[in-house]
Amino acid sequence: MLIRLLNTSNLIVTKNWLHKNLFSSWGSALITIFCLYIVLKIIPAGLDWLFFSADFAYNFQGDKIIDRTFCSRVMFPGEYGACWAIVIVRWNQFMYGFYPVAEVWRVNIVFALTPLALLPLFFDKVLFRKQLIYFTFIFPFIAYYLLYGGPGLTEISTSKWGGLLVTLFLGLTGIIVAFPFSILLALGRRSKMPVIKSISVIFIECIRGVPLITILFFGNIMLPLFLPDGFNVDNLLRGLVAMTFFAAAYMAEAIRGGLQAIPNGQLEAARALGLSYWQSTIQIVLPQALRISIPAIVNSAIGVIKDTSLVLIVGLFDLLGIGRAALADMNWMKLSHEVYAFVAIIFFILCFSMSRYSLYLEKKLKTDNSI
Amino acid sequence: MDSNTVISLEKVNKWYDDFHVLKDVDLSVTKGEKIVICGPSGSGKSTMIRCINRLEAHQKGNITVNGTELTNDLKNIDIIRKDVGMVFQQFNLFPHLSVLDNISLAPIWVKKTPKKEAEELAMRYLEKVKIPEQALKFPGQLSGGQQQRVAIARSLAMNPQIMLFDEPTSALDPEMIKEVLDVMVQLANEGMTMLVVTHEMGFAKTVADQMIFMDEGRIVEQASPTEFFTNPKSDRTKLFLSQILNH
Repeated sequence: MLIRLLNTSNLIVTKNWLHKNLFSSWGSALITIFCLYIVLKIIPAGLDWLFFSADFAYNFQGDKIIDRTFCSRVMFPGEYGACWAIVIVRWNQFMYGFYPVAEVWRVNIVFALTPLALLPLFFDKVLFRKQLIYFTFIFPFIAYYLLYGGPGLTEISTSKWGGLLVTLFLGLTGIIVAFPFSILLALGRRSKMPVIKSISVIFIECIRGVPLITILFFGNIMLPLFLPDGFNVDNLLRGLVAMTFFAAAYMAEAIRGGLQAIPNGQLEAARALGLSYWQSTIQIVLPQALRISIPAIVNSAIGVIKDTSLVLIVGLFDLLGIGRAALADMNWMKLSHEVYAFVAIIFFILCFSMSRYSLYLEKKLKTDNSI
Repeated sequence: MDSNTVISLEKVNKWYDDFHVLKDVDLSVTKGEKIVICGPSGSGKSTMIRCINRLEAHQKGNITVNGTELTNDLKNIDIIRKDVGMVFQQFNLFPHLSVLDNISLAPIWVKKTPKKEAEELAMRYLEKVKIPEQALKFPGQLSGGQQQRVAIARSLAMNPQIMLFDEPTSALDPEMIKEVLDVMVQLANEGMTMLVVTHEMGFAKTVADQMIFMDEGRIVEQASPTEFFTNPKSDRTKLFLSQILNH
């Protein structure tokens, strides 16, 4: 075995590879050694802080951690790693915000069903896809009923929602509602009808020309001034509308880029065959344009997920907002490393999986048919 | 108007902004007639046939196809496009659809033919253009000549009464031109009404009933092929013919 591993030709290949990629000159050799040093220094220290010297539910003495004073690293600063107890003790808040604990099972059902509803949208070779699509369409109503309440279920005001629930609600709903809306905007911007064209251009440029925070403030503070007295729009809904508009404007521009790449001959051929504008658009132009825009669309979608954290300035508690609330708690204050690391990990998982999905999609569409 | 007339253009004028592309073009095509249109680039020959199925709009004059006048009325445009098929220089096949789907798409969506029936129809036309074995491939996997034959099959699947060809062989490698022209000759022999913009003079001599020479937006000469090739009247036509026949 060892002999096989040390097979001379293998060694030579490895040696050549090292020489070519890492030690091709004095300069690159120095950089390689420097990077190696950094990696060897950071990774063990990082893992140590995150896991090996970290407290989870119990501290180094085996006591259950109930507030910051029990954390090993608070007792002996510099000698112990993270104190994850802040996340464990406040787990419900991180996941559901101030949702009543007795009703949390409703959110869990929605969390569990969400992948099922998204599956047929994201993958085409899913078992029972046709049946699942129906479920996807009724899922928003089921989710609304479960989360908000209705006949038979206690009503839970959206002001009690928070944490990952709000992040996912704003992010996923924002993206999914914004997507069809952005297609219409992109088509509208290229329309020959002046009214439709100007509405699309004005909408896109106004939204894109303003920071998301401004739109959130506008929805939160200015909008009620324009609405009749006693007519109150839910705070979370305002945030959702702002996020959706913002996402739609950006995605519309991504899709417009794809539309511009489709040769005019495609539309001409479709029209010459007698297909109507909408038939040509849906059957011929959009499938090709969307394929081209996938990286840009996913880029916007990842942006939307991350931007959900801005809603904390209008009084909504998304994952980051809940984290900051935890830090404001006298019992847990100054454990900001743990809170931010945890929030970062969750965001990273969400965004990284989206980016992986987009790579998968690009690859799949490329191999499906060679253009 | 002759009851056999299927296409008539009367004093058709078209401008691109200030540029006068078509100047008082008159043309009448009877059922089953094959017309070959030639002329230098920029002479308006493509624009003229693209006006017939309203890919371009004319600004003055009348165009009537199968008794329906072309106006801004969308309903008329739809009626005419169902009767008129078109083949483009760049094929314009739909790259995201298989060959079979390219052909069956319009029957399914425009004529509401059931999918299975439309696919059988598509296979029949693929056999007609002699590439049934390519049905499940995508356009990008086919040679130029095969792609253009698929494009012809795609048009024919809508069962048009008139076929417009806009330089169908200009984008092809020389060795592929024949396979496309063969299909077009076969179509001509079956009695299809055809308007063909091409510089393939051999093809013109074989199938054309009328030759049309255009220059600077006008029809300069219209004659039978024998007359056109042996005894052209205008100097412009003579010059053009000497250039394309003796290169």
